[in-house]
Formats: sequence, structure tokens, C-alpha cells
Amino acid sequence: MRREPFERVVERFGPMVLRVCSAVVGPAAAEDAWSETFLAALRGYPRLRPGSSVEAWLVTIAHRKAIDQARAAARGPVPAGGLDDLAGPAGPAGPAGPAGPAGSDGIPGGRESELWADLRALPLRQRECVAYHYLAGLPYAEIAAIVGGSAAAARRAAADGIAALRRTYLTAATTRQEGRT
Amino acid sequence: MITTPHGMLAGGPLAIGPGATATAAEERAIVRLRERLAGEAAAAGILDVAYRTVDTPVGSLLLAATPGGLVRVAYPAEDHDRVLDQLASRVSPRVLRAPARLDRAARQLEEYFAGRRTSFDVPLDMRLASGFRLAVLTRLTAIGYGTTASYAAVAAAAGRPRAVRAVGSACAANPLPVVVPCHRVIRSDGTLGGYAGGTDVKRTLLELEAAA
Repeated sequence: MRREPFERVVERFGPMVLRVCSAVVGPAAAEDAWSETFLAALRGYPRLRPGSSVEAWLVTIAHRKAIDQARAAARGPVPAGGLDDLAGPAGPAGPAGPAGPAGSDGIPGGRESELWADLRALPLRQRECVAYHYLAGLPYAEIAAIVGGSAAAARRAAADGIAALRRTYLTAATTRQEGRT
Repeated sequence: MITTPHGMLAGGPLAIGPGATATAAEERAIVRLRERLAGEAAAAGILDVAYRTVDTPVGSLLLAATPGGLVRVAYPAEDHDRVLDQLASRVSPRVLRAPARLDRAARQLEEYFAGRRTSFDVPLDMRLASGFRLAVLTRLTAIGYGTTASYAAVAAAAGRPRAVRAVGSACAANPLPVVVPCHRVIRSDGTLGGYAGGTDVKRTLLELEAAA
């Protein structure tokens, strides 16, 4: 069976998986989630069916790893890093201010950090559907297969998430704009 | 004045999306994460093929190793991407750029090209050669640094004196050039014969060994 070297999979999809992890588990836990995802993917790579969608496969693994992380966090003492928002819909953006945790340094104006903070304020299901569709580019049918439920429900969750993001982001942007004048 | 709603998630100032360009911070994180992945994969015993390149006077050499040893050395003329594809299909698709496993081989090659090393002392994984070709390659290590042997002499030594052409193809298909010294096999009339890295490279190696 012909399969390309795994290094090329990492090269092509590494940045996308990092963004998905940041969106779903938060920037602080994203690097551990990325590492676990790619280590598991490397392990299973020889068994990946030829012709299947590599990005959907990677997102599926990342999704399972995020669930494992959340369960571990709910069970035992939380390891250093923000897993606390995984248990359910978070309240206001919480500790992740524009100062930005790992993975979001060096962005002028910290706007990206604000976006991550806004994402984390969404309920988990919306966050997942937004990330898997807008960051990973997966169609809703595949997202439904990963998160459960119907494609229509996944589409609705993503739409609700985007609507909420627009509201909070635009409010923040407007406030920033007014602050400058 | 303010960002349009559509700009926010589709190529606007935040430019997130499947095709979004990586930020500098993301790129730094990815470099760090790839190193970590290579280390964790090796520790978990699932790094089937590790590779790196090393710069030499005859171009950038690709080095690849399994847990069993050095499995491939390739010249730029062989096209490194193609060689990695072959490794993925013939050895395992679990291929990662992971320099650590190849540190020793890389250091010895650097010493060789500096004229400070006359033989290599690294484990070899000869799985990419078999049958008579493997028998020929095994004989080549007996041809000492700075000396040469003819294709005919190698054929005789391998027990098949009439198989001169087969010795030529065994050398041409040598998965470990430089380390397994097929460059020391030349024609009976003293001309160089072919070489995977090109005849110029073969001449360079022989001159290097004659000068040292």
C-alpha cells in the first residue's frame, strides 16, 4: 500500500491542528493536545485507509484527545495549564486576557488572543463545530460523524457560534476604536 | 471603520480559516512541536524511519535510519523526496525528520569528507538490498580506503566471476553509497564507470581518499 512519509502529513496539517486545538482546549493546553494527536496519528498511520480524508482523520483524533483531557481534568488535579474551561460552557472569557497564554505571543494588538478568549466563552459544542468547519475546513456531514448528532445540528451550532463571536468581537472592536479617538 | 462581520472569519484582519497563513508565533510553536514529536515517537518505539540531511563537498546527503541502523544514504541527484517516498513504501510510512538518531553517522561523514576518517563505524540496516546484490555490497567493505578494485575482481570475489554486469547494477543500486564504498569499484581498464551520485562525485571521493 502506498502512503506518503508521515513527515509530510505533519508539514501540511500541523498548523491547522494547532489552531483547532487552541480553539477547542484553549491555547495553554493546545501544545500538549497537538503532541498527543500527532503521536497517536503516527501510531495509527500505517492502518489509515488509502483515499480517506487525512484532515478529518486528524480532527477525529484531536477530538478524542480533547475529550480524554477533559475527563482527566474533571477526575483529578488539574495539571498546569488551563483545562478548567473544558467542563462546559464557560462564563465570561475568564483568565485568558489579551496578554495571551502560550501560543499567542507576538501578535500585534493582541487581537488574536482576544479571538481565542471569545472562542473559549462559547459552549463546547459550538466551539468544536466552529473549529472543525472554519479552521479545519471539514464539511458538516463529517463534523457530525465526529461530534455526534446530525449535519444540520452541526451547521446550526457553528452558525450560533459564529453569530456569538461576531457580537463579542464587534463589540470589542468598536470599544477599541472609540478608545483611540 | 470597523471590521465587517464577514471579514472577521474569512480573510479579514484575523484571517482564520483552513488556508490561513501561519503567524510567526505559530511557526515557532510548530518547530518546537515537531522536535518534540520526533523525540516522543522514538521513545515510544514508533519512529520507523528517522532522517536528516548533512552538507558535504559533494552536495547535501540524505541519511535515513531505522532502529536497526543506517538504511539509506542518498545524493541530491537521486531526488530526496523520491527517496523518502521509497522508504515510506518499502520500509514504513512512519517517517519523520529526526536528526538525533543520525548524529553519529553525520559526524562520521563530516570526518570522512575532512580526510580524518577512513572507515565507518555505525550499525547498518541492509534491508534494501537482497540476494546477489547484498552479497556484492557485503564484499565491498573489504576494499580498503584509498584503494580500488575492478568490477570483474568483485564478481570473482563474490563467487560469480562471469557476473560483472550484475556487480555493476549492485553498485548502482547501493542503498548506502559512501558508507558502503561502491565508489572504489572501477572498470578493469582504469576508467571510473558509473555512479549514483554522478561520475564527478565518484572522482572527487577517489581523489579525496588518494590525498589523505
